[in-house]
Amino acid sequence: MPVLPLLGDEAVAQAALDSGLTGMYAYPGTPSTEIMEYIQRSPLAAERNVHRKWSANEKTAVEEALGVSYTGKRAMAAMKHVGLNVAADPFINSAITGVIGGLVIAVADDPSMHSSQNEQDSRFYGKFAMIPMFEPSTQQEAYDMTRYAFDLSEKVGLPVLMRLVTRLAHSRAAVRTADTPRPQNQLRLPEDPKRFVLLPVVARERYKILLGTQAQLMRESENSPFNKYIDGEDKSLGIVTSGVAFNYLMENFPQGKVPHPVVKVGQYPVPYKLIQKLFDEVDEVLVIEEGYPFIEEQLVGLLGNPKVKGRFTGDIPRYGELNPTIVAKALNLPAGAVYDVPDVVVGRPPQLCPGCGHIDVYVALNKVMKKYGPGHVFSDIGCYTLGALPPYNAINTCVDMGASITMAKGAADAGLHPAVAVIGDSTFTHSGMTGLLDAVIENTPITVIIMDNSMVAMTGGQDSHAAHRLVQICQGLGVDPEHIRTITPLPRTRDQLAQIIEEEINYPGVSVVIPSRPCVTHTVSRKRKQRAQKASK
Amino acid sequence: MKTDIVLSGVGGQGILTIAAIISWAAVRNNLYIKQSEIHGMSQRGGSVFSHLRLSSEPIASDLIPYGQADLILSVEPVEALRYLPYLKKDGWLVTNIAPYVNVPDYPKIEDVIREIEKVPNHVYLDANKLAKEIHAPKASNIIMLGAASPFLNLKYEDLEWAIEKQFARKGEDVVEMNKKALKLGFDEAKKLFNLS
Ligand SMILES: Cc1ncc(C[n+]2csc(CCOP(=O)(O)OP(=O)(O)O)c2C)c(N)n1
Ligand code: SF4
Repeated sequence: MPVLPLLGDEAVAQAALDSGLTGMYAYPGTPSTEIMEYIQRSPLAAERNVHRKWSANEKTAVEEALGVSYTGKRAMAAMKHVGLNVAADPFINSAITGVIGGLVIAVADDPSMHSSQNEQDSRFYGKFAMIPMFEPSTQQEAYDMTRYAFDLSEKVGLPVLMRLVTRLAHSRAAVRTADTPRPQNQLRLPEDPKRFVLLPVVARERYKILLGTQAQLMRESENSPFNKYIDGEDKSLGIVTSGVAFNYLMENFPQGKVPHPVVKVGQYPVPYKLIQKLFDEVDEVLVIEEGYPFIEEQLVGLLGNPKVKGRFTGDIPRYGELNPTIVAKALNLPAGAVYDVPDVVVGRPPQLCPGCGHIDVYVALNKVMKKYGPGHVFSDIGCYTLGALPPYNAINTCVDMGASITMAKGAADAGLHPAVAVIGDSTFTHSGMTGLLDAVIENTPITVIIMDNSMVAMTGGQDSHAAHRLVQICQGLGVDPEHIRTITPLPRTRDQLAQIIEEEINYPGVSVVIPSRPCVTHTVSRKRKQRAQKASK
Repeated sequence: MKTDIVLSGVGGQGILTIAAIISWAAVRNNLYIKQSEIHGMSQRGGSVFSHLRLSSEPIASDLIPYGQADLILSVEPVEALRYLPYLKKDGWLVTNIAPYVNVPDYPKIEDVIREIEKVPNHVYLDANKLAKEIHAPKASNIIMLGAASPFLNLKYEDLEWAIEKQFARKGEDVVEMNKKALKLGFDEAKKLFNLS
């Protein structure tokens, strides 16, 4: 058995390959990006010609993966937690159609928002879709569960959610992997072709089937090797825990010998019988879980249960990620820092790299916007979001991918002038294009600046679908070619850029300004990656 | 055997390279490792850290609990102090003293040094200056690794071996230069402490 040092993300990727994966689909997003990147580097993926190109966004990724499953072959889609909001439509509906080839959707949550807008807990989506779900504690479990998940997906005919969190996704440990990868599935069309036609008449039947499968999913959970009842002598307290929270619990006891009975949940739905057994034996139950109080809320419901405590009751802080110290405190164990952070320590926020083209755009934009005052610039998510911080203070919004153009349109509809949108090239093809079409249809007076650095820089320099086709796309969407303006943003072109922005603000319709210059930081690393990929082909 | 290490610095200063080298050396000794990394937002000139845990027993948590790190190894002095809550009482603070100034309110270096000196077990040196002296300006991270090498519970030869592994594909010159940097850091720390 080969032993490899893998990130949690990489363990999921290797397991997918070893499970006979045919197609990997993803849009980058911290902390999930390394799942696809691992597959792109993998010699096995190259040898088997596994699909491993980025998708335009998470929705297209899940739909493409579902298409692979339709043919009887195995697929994975990967994304960060907020990506699942974008993919929610196919995600929920793929539970109604069901799957043919195994379909595993790997989603990485980011508690404490290290690189995200929120800390939403994807387990709610799994429950919402009524599908099986796994939550690994270790890199080894990430590997083992992913393999198990592909088999389960085919056994119950449903997509399966693999929930990761930052601290596992981005932590490396040794993982034992399979000696020989499973072969890929043969092409095999659905026996009942109608099941993928979700007209109401079919959907009603399919939904009944999904409801009917729930009892089976509970049995699967109750008998799962990943759900365990670990006995302990001190029954004054019982503990329910899952994922990385289990590690933090173990960390607090020598050799991980917890004196209390523990239910470790690794597979969902929450295994009823194990929980019931625990409730019967102990005086109080402490629920320790990373993320929202997902299990705990199910245990206590609306009416509460005085026996249960956790994040929902406030016995463990509701906000932010857990760590061993927080868990120690919840168990009244001595723990904590010896040294404080001295007062001389100042914050060091991330910044735009020296020489970045985004800087030139913001300097030019600020020059133009000065006379209009603050509040006119709607922006989006990417490196350029750092333009919200000093010294630029150039943008006023960042909500979700694509929201710059649409919010600017709404504000313009409401009478705000000028209304400027600042969006990155990849964010534009992710979900800015449809919003631009809205504006084109009404010829809304907005000025859209597409910050084209020809890659997805924020997440490490991945390929951008926008590369070399932005002008064409905007023309295709119907923007007047005279109001599509391109320029290379450089310190010496800032005045010229300011003038272009000014002119387009004064045009009472949709205009697009495209400052184009490759990201200085990732151009080099990208070339290296591309060479490596070519070599692996 | 168990060594819990917090590595810290500013994005781009090479702390993940240090983590990789220590990990190679640990794996050579059949130790368990867990190494949590930071990716994403914080890489652009922001503060970055990595938790690296080595042990002869299985390791539970990917994060080191507060007050339990044996060593903070930092490539930047303010970043060394930022993670002090992780350090145990008699843990070692080993840091580069060359400041990386990219914020307007960066404190006076004397004030920073005063705080470092409050930790009883500390080693600080100007790794940037030393790196320039051996014409290897990028190797200040490896110099710091050398300075911290007595506190890792790993053999010096294993670190040298790990450097060979880490830099092999960049050629013999790069390997030799980094070995030299490691030795330089080690000698400096020895000088400061009469370590043997
Ligand atoms: C729905 C969703 N998917 C993914 C992400 C992660 N993410 C943040 S910004 C970004 C892409 C930025 O690329 P681009 O727009 O080209 O801007 P750049 O960083 O290159 O300046 C990604 C993938 C996210 N925040 N939300
Ligand atoms: S990574 Fe590239 S796009 Fe992002 S700030 Fe640095 S130079 Fe600019």
